[in-house]
Amino acid sequence: MSELTAEAPAPVSTAYQNWYRFSRNPTAVIGAAIVVLVVLAAIFAPWITPHPDHVGAIVNFRARHLPPSAQYWFGTDNVGRDIFTRVIFGYRVSLLLAAVVLAIAVPLGVSLGLVAGYFGGWAEIVIMRLTDMALAIPPLVMALAVTAVLTPNLIHAMFAIAALWWTWHTRLIFSITRTLRGQEFIEAAQILGASRFHILFRELLPNCASAILVKTSLDFGFVILIGAALSFLGLGVQPPTPDLGTMVATGADFLPDRWWESLLPGAAILFVALGFNLLGDGLRDLYDVESVR
Amino acid sequence: MEFLYFLIRRLMWSLLVLFGLSIVIFMIARVMPGDPARLALGPRASQEQVDDLKAKMGLDRPLAEQYRHFIIGLAHGDLGLSFLTKRPVNDDIAETFAATFELVLATIVIAFAFGVPLGVVAAANKDGWIDNLVRFGAILGAVTPSFLLALLLQVLAGYELHVLPTTGRLSPDSPVHANITGLLTIDTLLKGDLAGFGDALRHLLLPALALSAATLGQIARITRSSMIDVAKQDYIEAGRAFGIPDRVRVFKYMLRPAFVPPLTILGLEFASLLGNAFVVELVFAWPGMASYGVRSILQKDLNAVMGVVMISGLFFVIVNLTIDILVGFVDPRVRIRGSQ
Repeated sequence: MSELTAEAPAPVSTAYQNWYRFSRNPTAVIGAAIVVLVVLAAIFAPWITPHPDHVGAIVNFRARHLPPSAQYWFGTDNVGRDIFTRVIFGYRVSLLLAAVVLAIAVPLGVSLGLVAGYFGGWAEIVIMRLTDMALAIPPLVMALAVTAVLTPNLIHAMFAIAALWWTWHTRLIFSITRTLRGQEFIEAAQILGASRFHILFRELLPNCASAILVKTSLDFGFVILIGAALSFLGLGVQPPTPDLGTMVATGADFLPDRWWESLLPGAAILFVALGFNLLGDGLRDLYDVESVR
Repeated sequence: MEFLYFLIRRLMWSLLVLFGLSIVIFMIARVMPGDPARLALGPRASQEQVDDLKAKMGLDRPLAEQYRHFIIGLAHGDLGLSFLTKRPVNDDIAETFAATFELVLATIVIAFAFGVPLGVVAAANKDGWIDNLVRFGAILGAVTPSFLLALLLQVLAGYELHVLPTTGRLSPDSPVHANITGLLTIDTLLKGDLAGFGDALRHLLLPALALSAATLGQIARITRSSMIDVAKQDYIEAGRAFGIPDRVRVFKYMLRPAFVPPLTILGLEFASLLGNAFVVELVFAWPGMASYGVRSILQKDLNAVMGVVMISGLFFVIVNLTIDILVGFVDPRVRIRGSQ
């Protein structure tokens, strides 16, 4: 037999397989490209924007309300500041907001989901009822109430959104963990005397990783949207810090004639949210986790 | 019977959810810096006046007692006095809730009327260009900020084309009063007032469209994936082998079970839909509970804020119970087993 076997093909690494499938998925590639572009632009904003000094509360009345041109790509606002520059700087705020919210909400939600799904019983009842309760509150309304009661600013907005956002991850991880709980590899770990911590975070968590990745990517877009809605209502980031939602709200006063002042910053919000969503959608196809929304 | 037990159990949990919500919102409203009585009266009121209002509102008593007072009021359906309008919050919300309800209802109708057929068509042409278009459209709907869509619709349909009104529920000179259900479109129809109905409908259209985009996208997406799942079932294959025509197979045997996931999604998404209503109502000057909520939040009118959040929560719970019942009708297995 042995002389019949041809030389086995060199094993292809999983990472390469994933990359190959990822690069053949146009949705994922476009999404990733948008995300990388926006993140890079936000990081290097002071060096790549045409008028970095327009970020502050400067006034240039001679250049106010100018339509988009070669000099001002997105036109200028009601005090003569370059809107394109402010949009790029606005991305910094949006990305920071989403990153902080998810840095709090994802670990919290995932841990609670693991505990509820693996232990069941009272842990499940308490955690999942808490989740149901939090789901009944619209995050935007919660953020509105909290920021209005305290002072409206970015920090309060972030904590208010994070205080509800964990629920989605808890539900997701709970449903995955519950189906994994009775499987052989968990029983094996139990018999071998693995600690609960080991089972939760070394056995169960890796099996949830792809779902968490997909969900977090989608979330980035949605948290940015909520942050924008909040500042559109005047309760998020306070001027003069450039913020996309605030720019839409201010520019809306000049609709429909000076459309660029509100619609272009609005389109910029759409652009980044679209990027994260396409990326998440592509990753969902890649990892075949259809249940994640 | 199992189904009834299931519904009763859900009802009990819902009450618990509302109870929890009342604690959360009470904490947010009371454990905060600033003096609501001072805020309501303004800086020029004397300290006595402020103390007087505080006593009237019960703000001088211990927190636990204030909460007891609040929850007893809630149980009696009394949300307290608005610091600002000096009227019972009940009256304010009763006036504004119907408008929000009408808007949300129209949004759900639009989302299902377009989302489900789009999902079915996409599933039937899986991986074809129609499918890709629907999937991209669904994502686009989900990521378009509702305030941007609202502004766009206002500019396009209102200012540029002059086809639809952009603010309010009725034309300023309209004699229509909503006094039966509070829903203007329904009331005018009941009274046979076709002109009034047209007016109300034309005002409703743009806000409902702006609000429905995200939900419509979700429903199309979920309908598509659940239709594809159902199509893989053996009984559908058997149906094909028996020569049951495509149309009957799709609409009679596939759509019904595939209808459950979109319904469940609506229940989950309802909170964010209600949240978006806060923005859309503001853009369209829609005189609903959400506009009232934003106003009272900005003015720190605490009783009103608590009232709006509690009623939002109640609305959420009722919608979800309704969905549970609907799912029971669509899927008989749920009726027998009591849950999914």
